[in-house]
Amino acid sequence: MTTFLILAVLVLVAIAIWQMTKIFELSQIKAVNSQIANDTDNKYNGYLLFLFLIFIYGITIFSFWKYGKMLLPEAASAHGAEYDNLMLVSMAIIFFVQTITQALLHYFGYKYRGEQGKKALFYADNDKLEFIWTIIPVIVLAGLILWGLYTWTSIMDINDEDDPIVVELYAQQFNWTARYAGADNVLGDANVRMIDIDRANILGVDESDDYAKDDIIVKELHLPVGRKVNFKMRSQDVLHSAYMPHFRAQMNCVPGMITQFSFTPSITTADMRNKPEIIDKVKRTNTIRAEKAAAGVENSDPWEFDYILLCNKICGKSHYNMQMKIIVEEEEDYNKWLAEQQTFSQSMASVQ
Amino acid sequence: MSATAHAHIEDHADDHGHHHKETFVTKYIFSQDHKMIAKQYLITGVLFMGFIGIAMSLLFRMQLAWPGESFSVFEALLGKWAPGGVMDADIYLALVTIHGTIMVFFVLTAGLSGTFSNLLIPLQIGARDMASGFLNMVSYWLFFISCVVMLSSLFIEAGPAAAGWTIYPPLSALPMAQPGSGLGMTLWLVAMAIFIASSLLGSLNYIVTVINLRTKGMSMTRLPLTIWAFFVTAIIGVVSFPVLLSAALLLIMDRSFGTSFFLSDIFIQGEVLHYQGGSPVLYEHLFWFLGHPEVYIVLLPALGITSEVMSTNARKPIFGYRAMIASIIAIAFLSTIVWGHHMFISGMNPFLGSVFTFTTLLIAIPSAVKAFNYITTLWKGNLQLNPAMLFSIGLVSTFITGGLTGIILGDSTLDINVHDTYFVVAHFHLVMGISALYGVFAGIYHWFPKMFEGKMMNKNLGYVHFWITAICAYGVFFPMHFVGMAGVPRRYYENTAFPMFDELTDVQVLMTVFALIAGLAQLVFLGNFIYSMFYGKIGPKNPWKSNTLEWTTPQEHVHGNWPGAIPHVYRWAYDYSKTGEDGEYVIPGQDFIPQNVPLGDNEEEENH
Repeated sequence: MTTFLILAVLVLVAIAIWQMTKIFELSQIKAVNSQIANDTDNKYNGYLLFLFLIFIYGITIFSFWKYGKMLLPEAASAHGAEYDNLMLVSMAIIFFVQTITQALLHYFGYKYRGEQGKKALFYADNDKLEFIWTIIPVIVLAGLILWGLYTWTSIMDINDEDDPIVVELYAQQFNWTARYAGADNVLGDANVRMIDIDRANILGVDESDDYAKDDIIVKELHLPVGRKVNFKMRSQDVLHSAYMPHFRAQMNCVPGMITQFSFTPSITTADMRNKPEIIDKVKRTNTIRAEKAAAGVENSDPWEFDYILLCNKICGKSHYNMQMKIIVEEEEDYNKWLAEQQTFSQSMASVQ
Repeated sequence: MSATAHAHIEDHADDHGHHHKETFVTKYIFSQDHKMIAKQYLITGVLFMGFIGIAMSLLFRMQLAWPGESFSVFEALLGKWAPGGVMDADIYLALVTIHGTIMVFFVLTAGLSGTFSNLLIPLQIGARDMASGFLNMVSYWLFFISCVVMLSSLFIEAGPAAAGWTIYPPLSALPMAQPGSGLGMTLWLVAMAIFIASSLLGSLNYIVTVINLRTKGMSMTRLPLTIWAFFVTAIIGVVSFPVLLSAALLLIMDRSFGTSFFLSDIFIQGEVLHYQGGSPVLYEHLFWFLGHPEVYIVLLPALGITSEVMSTNARKPIFGYRAMIASIIAIAFLSTIVWGHHMFISGMNPFLGSVFTFTTLLIAIPSAVKAFNYITTLWKGNLQLNPAMLFSIGLVSTFITGGLTGIILGDSTLDINVHDTYFVVAHFHLVMGISALYGVFAGIYHWFPKMFEGKMMNKNLGYVHFWITAICAYGVFFPMHFVGMAGVPRRYYENTAFPMFDELTDVQVLMTVFALIAGLAQLVFLGNFIYSMFYGKIGPKNPWKSNTLEWTTPQEHVHGNWPGAIPHVYRWAYDYSKTGEDGEYVIPGQDFIPQNVPLGDNEEEENH
């Protein structure tokens, strides 16, 4: 079916090209047969430039109308709100400039289309104009730079204030593991040289380190709402990137290095699921999934919204499916969940 | 120094009569003539490699729109990598990698600069040929070997390099990390090392030629903006390409000789590797020290071509000639100190990120100046909307659309959440991919008569080519921003593992349909090109009524470009529609004054 559709499109396009060439040719019957644009060419292409401006506006409006709702929902982290504001203001500036400059460019293309005998204006320079359009970007960009840098510095200031939870995100081809620092809130030492697959020490945690004994290693990330989390990222093989789009958080995981990111989750998974925009998104998605299930496509069960951690740095064959679920919950639920998990020393003991 | 050079040229002018006997081999294959080398670059770099690069993108766009679907075209082209017509995940990454490599380096660096720097530098500055015709020939043939090595990697057992065009280690360094990191990656590195040698020889030649071989009267401030762009581009190339060579060499050492420049603490496939103490972040620094200037190596020549084509076809001087030169130089300088904006979340010190945010957003200023100057050049012009002119206007349009989103990506804060998503893909395809391609097309349509002895390309097919391409380019890359803002990472073989991306499949289908149509439109161009090369109608000697020196040469190619003495230059290249005090054109009935026309009585040279 798809092949047929593609073929149909190809044929139609070929016909369209042939017809368009014909139209251009017919429009030039009177003119001398030359490959240099004449008044008729200028006229038609001038009009087309104007239409193209409308097309640019059209596709912008169309995309916002059709795809605007598919964008990420509001940020679920404390710094995310500031991020979204900065994004909104930057986008507003961009769309303002885009609308005006495209209008001028294409309108001039239409308005000043060439005609035989018309005289162009010899206008080579104007220092005042040059100054204006140098200084305006300077001022606007200075504002954006200052705001951006201020936000950046506060996001990237990773410290131990406000009693953060320390969590290690551990990346390998092609899955994620999380390690909580446990009761002492200090991660035990770890290195790939201490990995012992036979004894299930997959993260290479140092068994002789006292800090490591209460560490908790899990495959699903639970976070308490309103509590700062300091992430320490490691990778055992190639570069990966821990991308948590709903929290406006991302940091690469680099073999041989511990990288860091910190944020405070601000909306629980349950609350997020009840937001109207998420309810709508889930409904739309499940309609699609129901169609797929009816067509017999695998993995098309109905979906429930969850926060997610994705790999966002090319890492090999299954890069496209390297994920871990994130659950943000009330602190007591989190504590309850954490208490149910085995500590590192318990799991080591159970192996022996 | 320039005095001796001029003297030399004058000498050479006298002996144009006695050429060496040209054989087929010296004329068409091992040619040292810049015009022939330009055509060789055009056909190998732009047409041949461009065809392969674009075809690859169509294949993986089909996979993205219809994931896991079986296509007979996959089976035919990919063979064992598309069992049952379904594209394999490894070959998807390989296609993405080689598409990026071919388009960035082979088409838009070698193809674009190689074609137009070679063709235009001697012709527009009034030189008989490049400073060293021999090095120029060597440069082309190294490029050719590089193409052969790169393409040969498509035919090996384990498949070509697949670690992304940036080939970040450890993925690219460890053969056990993915099949493409075996022999495929070795061939990639060898091809790029040869490519860099070719690029450096070419760039040095361009620089020396522009500095030494300008004809009498051709001061730096009378140079057409094309030459300024090619000249500065060559300088950036000389500054930054050697750094990529060092990165490639260190990576070869890590891969083959067990050093640990970029590798440390690695456990893969059940064993610990011996590497200790290296850092992948170091590689990222080295790579992007070239990688970012590379963006401008691609873009500046396209902007230079646009300046020339736009001014000629608007029948107006380019607005703000000196500001244009200043912004080319400013962009070139800033381009070498912004590379860190590719690495905000690489694990490098966040303070360094702040510095790079600052320099990156600064580069928006000269870029904005250029965009405004182009728009003002159109104002009150008498626009001759030839295909080349349309592509130039299209370039300014995509340059603005794509450039503006750079403000988002260059801001370290905002980059956090859109880094490595489709937002980035949309941004750079518009601002450097599509814009630079439009520059190439503008250049080909404009200088085709110069390359093929007066033959002209069919304008109606040119119009069809432009309009379909222009609509499809926006159709592919505008909605792509939304995919990125929805959080879809790039280089995903399929997005079906994440139900949150399910509803975006529609967008993927839309983009792919536009991409396929755009691909077809390029066949119109290719057909037009090949047909016109053989059967194109011969046009006038100076078809676009242009001021620059290349149109003073005869249509049929002669060795040494001008059969007689080299013309002298008396004015800048942009005296279009210049009028005297009486409001009449300086040359009655002619709205342009070529550079080799002396200043008339009472005529003042513009203090541009």
